[in-house]
Amino acid sequence: MSDHDAHKEGSVHIVSYGQLVAVWVSLLLLTVTTVAVTRVDLGAGKVWAALAIACVKSGLVIAFFMHMKYEARLFRIIFFVALVTLAVFIGLTFFDVLYR
Amino acid sequence: MSSDATVTPVTGGFWEDTGKRGIASWIFSTDHKRIGLLYLYSVLGFFLVGVFLGVLIRLELMAPGPTIMTAKTYNAVFTVHGVVMIFLFIIPGIPASFGNLVMPIQIGARDVAFPRLNLLSWWLYAIGAVIVLTSLFTGGGAPDTGWTFYVPFSARTGTNVSLAVFGVFVLGFSSILTGVNFVTTIHRLRAEGMNWGRLPLFVWSLYATAWVQILATPIVAITLLMVIAERTLGVGLFDPSRGGDPVMYQHLFWIYSHPAVYIMILPAMGVISEVIPVFSRKPIFGYKMIAVSSVAIAAAGSVVWGHHMFTSGMSDTAVMVFSFLTFVVAIPSAIKVFNWVSTLYRGSISLEAPMLFALSFILLFSIGGLSGLILGAAATDIHVHDTHFVVGHFHYVMFGGTGFAFFAAAHYWLPKFYGRRYKEKPAIVAWALMFVGFNVMYFTMQVLGMKGMPRRYFDYLPEFARLNFVATVGSWILVTGLIIMLVNLWRGLLKGEPFEGNPWGGASLEWITATPPPTENFEEDPVVTHGPYDFKRAGEP
Ligand code: HEM
Repeated sequence: MSDHDAHKEGSVHIVSYGQLVAVWVSLLLLTVTTVAVTRVDLGAGKVWAALAIACVKSGLVIAFFMHMKYEARLFRIIFFVALVTLAVFIGLTFFDVLYR
Repeated sequence: MSSDATVTPVTGGFWEDTGKRGIASWIFSTDHKRIGLLYLYSVLGFFLVGVFLGVLIRLELMAPGPTIMTAKTYNAVFTVHGVVMIFLFIIPGIPASFGNLVMPIQIGARDVAFPRLNLLSWWLYAIGAVIVLTSLFTGGGAPDTGWTFYVPFSARTGTNVSLAVFGVFVLGFSSILTGVNFVTTIHRLRAEGMNWGRLPLFVWSLYATAWVQILATPIVAITLLMVIAERTLGVGLFDPSRGGDPVMYQHLFWIYSHPAVYIMILPAMGVISEVIPVFSRKPIFGYKMIAVSSVAIAAAGSVVWGHHMFTSGMSDTAVMVFSFLTFVVAIPSAIKVFNWVSTLYRGSISLEAPMLFALSFILLFSIGGLSGLILGAAATDIHVHDTHFVVGHFHYVMFGGTGFAFFAAAHYWLPKFYGRRYKEKPAIVAWALMFVGFNVMYFTMQVLGMKGMPRRYFDYLPEFARLNFVATVGSWILVTGLIIMLVNLWRGLLKGEPFEGNPWGGASLEWITATPPPTENFEEDPVVTHGPYDFKRAGEP
């Protein structure tokens, strides 16, 4: 029935090739960084470094490749809820793992 | 009464004009009402299978020593009983059947947002069910791990765990699709004037449930795939002898399966919030708090999974944190109970079948919930962990709670969709038998647990014999009531007295449309001008 007006929220945004390639290149560079970081002796900081880089990378993928940057606010909030939920699940598990 | 009632007794509305014939008009229909009924009969079928197995369990426990089966068979029977009841009956239970039937009408929509996805969800359910059933008769035979599939045993047992677990994986997708569909429908397809403050509380509860379905189900799905990887590829994820962590499995399993108990109970609470005000002829007390507490239960209930693991070797810090959080969930649950009771206060209560089921829900759920607090406090849990006290507790919540709400919903809404009604007297007799049988069986089981009878054993010490016999007799009373109820419903809906209009005086939208509702629910898209429990204004055009 209402297929035609389904797109009224948030117009369709087209990401240019240049932008996509730029994101892709930065992902590659970040991968190189991940590998490079393993050669530096950071002790426990190693894990944090790897996680930080991974966060930036997934952020890029979500924002550009998954279009989240251009979506309506509601979708971004919903997406954020999912992320926070995951973080809470992992966080609470650490009450066990860290103190065992 | 009608003598020609044998052929096509139900007519009118969505029962006609489908364009397809016979079974195809059901299994390929995208009408939410047909899918709802399809789900209803599917889950009911599996419920009966589960009940049959439950009765076998009780028969075995009727007397000490082997009674009707071997220990190995017993392990398989309680596992399959648990798997069928949890994954095939109670998780899809109310949302997929009554949610599908009623929710779109209650918000004034013509259908759900994604009707085809809705049909796909039923198909995935059917496929998952077939896979689970196949696992019982193939490979090493029916799984014997308990419905929780705990490692390391589930990673090593020779029974067909891999296939059963894969079936549950598929069922998970069916559940996620229902969740996605409901969230979208409730956000996008509300009728004009149906703002969030006018949503019936059943819809609110489905909304909260849908979020849990979307957010938590993927976790169990992945976990179960990990079990399969461990079994077939020998990856050492959970088995300590391969360097894995069995406690991690319990975390991952309960991260889903505890929220899953809120997938089971929240829609049930929604049903109760519909039935109580209608049969008290009074607007619901504390609409906002009930709506908010649904969401609060969904949120808080997602962070308490550790209370299943107090004796697992988890860290003491985690035990304290999870014990505290568990007590927090009691608050929104109690808010609901108090609000229902306040709704009853000075209402003009009419004790018809749906109301009797709803009232017994309040009692049984409270008993279940309070015994849950005993389990939620680490100190007491350590004594009763893995005893029949736990079995009594969760049957009180799931069967006395959700099961009874399911029956309340059946008596409340099905006449609307069939245009015929059941007989009131047998319904009340059935309810009374079920209520008595239920308490005789499960209260006794709780006492047995307190005395130290462990769960999941086919034999017990002689001193438990008398109470076990009592519990088994309870199961017979319960099943007698159940049979009377189902026969009465079935006969009534097919050839009972006509059911027309709005005999109970409900004020939500399903009561203003025709009986049975037409294919797209309303002749004209409704415009909502009052709240769902505004009985005074419901009569106005
Ligand atoms: C007439 C109905 C029923 C009877 C007689 C019955 C009986 C039992 C008994 C005696 C056990 C304990 C087995 C043991 O630990 O040795 C059990 C376990 C269980 N029941 Fe029921 N039950 C019934 C209905 C239900 C319903 C409606 C549900 C859920 C909605 C349910 C879910 C379960 C689950 C999840 C287990 C645990 C299985 C396991 O330990 O893995 N039962 N049942």
